[in-house]
Amino acid sequence: MSVGVFILVSVIKSALILFVLLTAVAYTVWLERKVVGHMQNRWGPTRVGPFGLLQPAADGLKFLFKEDLTPPHVYKPLFIAAPMMAVIFALTSIAVIPFGNSIPIFGYNIPLQITDVNIGLLMILGVTSMGVYGVALAGWSSNNKYSLLGGLRASAQMVSYEIALGLSLVGVLIQSGSFSLRDIVQAQGGRFLMVIPRWNIFHGQFIGFFIYLMAAYAETNRIPFDLPEAETELVAGYHTEYSSMKFAMFFMAEYANMITVACLATLLFFGGWHGPLFGPPLLQAVLPVFWFLAKVFCFLFLYIWVRGTLPRFRYDQLMSFGWKFLLPLAIANLVVTAIVVAW
Amino acid sequence: MSFHLILFLAFGAVCVGGAVNLLAQRHPINSALSLIAVMAALAGEYLLLGAEFVAAVQVIVYAGAIMVLFVFVIMLLNAGEEEETKGSRVAILLGVPGVLTGSVLVAWVVLRHSGTESVAIGALPGHPADIAQLLFHDFLLPFEVTSVLILIAIMGAVVLASKPEATARKVD
Repeated sequence: MSVGVFILVSVIKSALILFVLLTAVAYTVWLERKVVGHMQNRWGPTRVGPFGLLQPAADGLKFLFKEDLTPPHVYKPLFIAAPMMAVIFALTSIAVIPFGNSIPIFGYNIPLQITDVNIGLLMILGVTSMGVYGVALAGWSSNNKYSLLGGLRASAQMVSYEIALGLSLVGVLIQSGSFSLRDIVQAQGGRFLMVIPRWNIFHGQFIGFFIYLMAAYAETNRIPFDLPEAETELVAGYHTEYSSMKFAMFFMAEYANMITVACLATLLFFGGWHGPLFGPPLLQAVLPVFWFLAKVFCFLFLYIWVRGTLPRFRYDQLMSFGWKFLLPLAIANLVVTAIVVAW
Repeated sequence: MSFHLILFLAFGAVCVGGAVNLLAQRHPINSALSLIAVMAALAGEYLLLGAEFVAAVQVIVYAGAIMVLFVFVIMLLNAGEEEETKGSRVAILLGVPGVLTGSVLVAWVVLRHSGTESVAIGALPGHPADIAQLLFHDFLLPFEVTSVLILIAIMGAVVLASKPEATARKVD
């Protein structure tokens, strides 16, 4: 593949995936409002379009046309930069997520992924660790005590749970022997006893998955770990002073992070795009992508389900849960996996 | 000029620009952010040299973890803008010539002893497996000794940070 074609293909793939991701972000918000609504015996959005399906577009337009207030007491450069940082880092990590095998188009073999680097997983961890800055700087630059407290809570929480999150993934890495997400998925092909798929969750990483799930909820600041936005204590946390599109950018970052985390759970523990293949060749080419998306959808639904079910932790409970329970459990999981694999 | 070289020079420019900005800014948080830019640009340089693992670790450890602590400290202490001083005489008399001599020495040693041809991509071990082989096989003892050193440093920090018994009781 020549350089020109490579750049062209990369640009097309990036634009396409970005479009799909942003649409998915908008419709995850719709899904959340709808599902939580039904769980609470309400209807959720119904007015705009059939089943309220055009609600995300209406919300987006509204965000764009709202007055963009900048309070006089903020530190302006960072106040503007913080939501941008949050969105940029949230959207970057999708670049290394593979969502299917490669497909042949015009004689080129195009992998369904923006780029396959052999440090894919580490790159995602690096980008998520940079995501802290958006939240922390938003809280600080707003020059408001609620924002600052929210920002501090969020960053302390993200830094703490990142350790458990990283350690929970090491078990998977030991089993597959690669940082490349494509290789990790490749290693999960096949079945045990002809029936059970050889996914990592059925392959000794059940505890690893549990830790990952808990830590991922905390990383994305979602219920039951949404202390940074605890409205009863902090008004709205780090985005108290933000309005219109800047607020929407934090919202987008949160949902994009949710989607990334769901993709990662699918890839690492649930076999990525592996699933039963059948039918004509065209269907066989599309099915892996369908399985991948279906699994990601299940995780997003789980997110919403948990939100509709659980109350919020207290802050000290959150911290002691992370450091005194999840972290030792993750280390134990790592040691046991290492011993089993070495044996 | 290859595309690769252009990228390398661009990241280098960001790196140097960030470092200069770090010194020029008067608000600590801006300085800290410039340092983050320097770290990220360094990661880009490593990536271009084919050291992908080192690049990822650079971002996770330096840009992601250590700098978060810097930013935290600045946020919590609410450090304001620096006051401008006229500059100390010692810095001008000793510091500037010292830095100049030091950089000339370093440049001389590097040019003299390394050979001046550029490193080809992939010529040095950059794959995680190669680095693991180096760390956990060839240099296992130094690696483990370093971890003990870091453990001692952590214990030292805990001892220094914890209050003595008597004062702790008084506070209660």
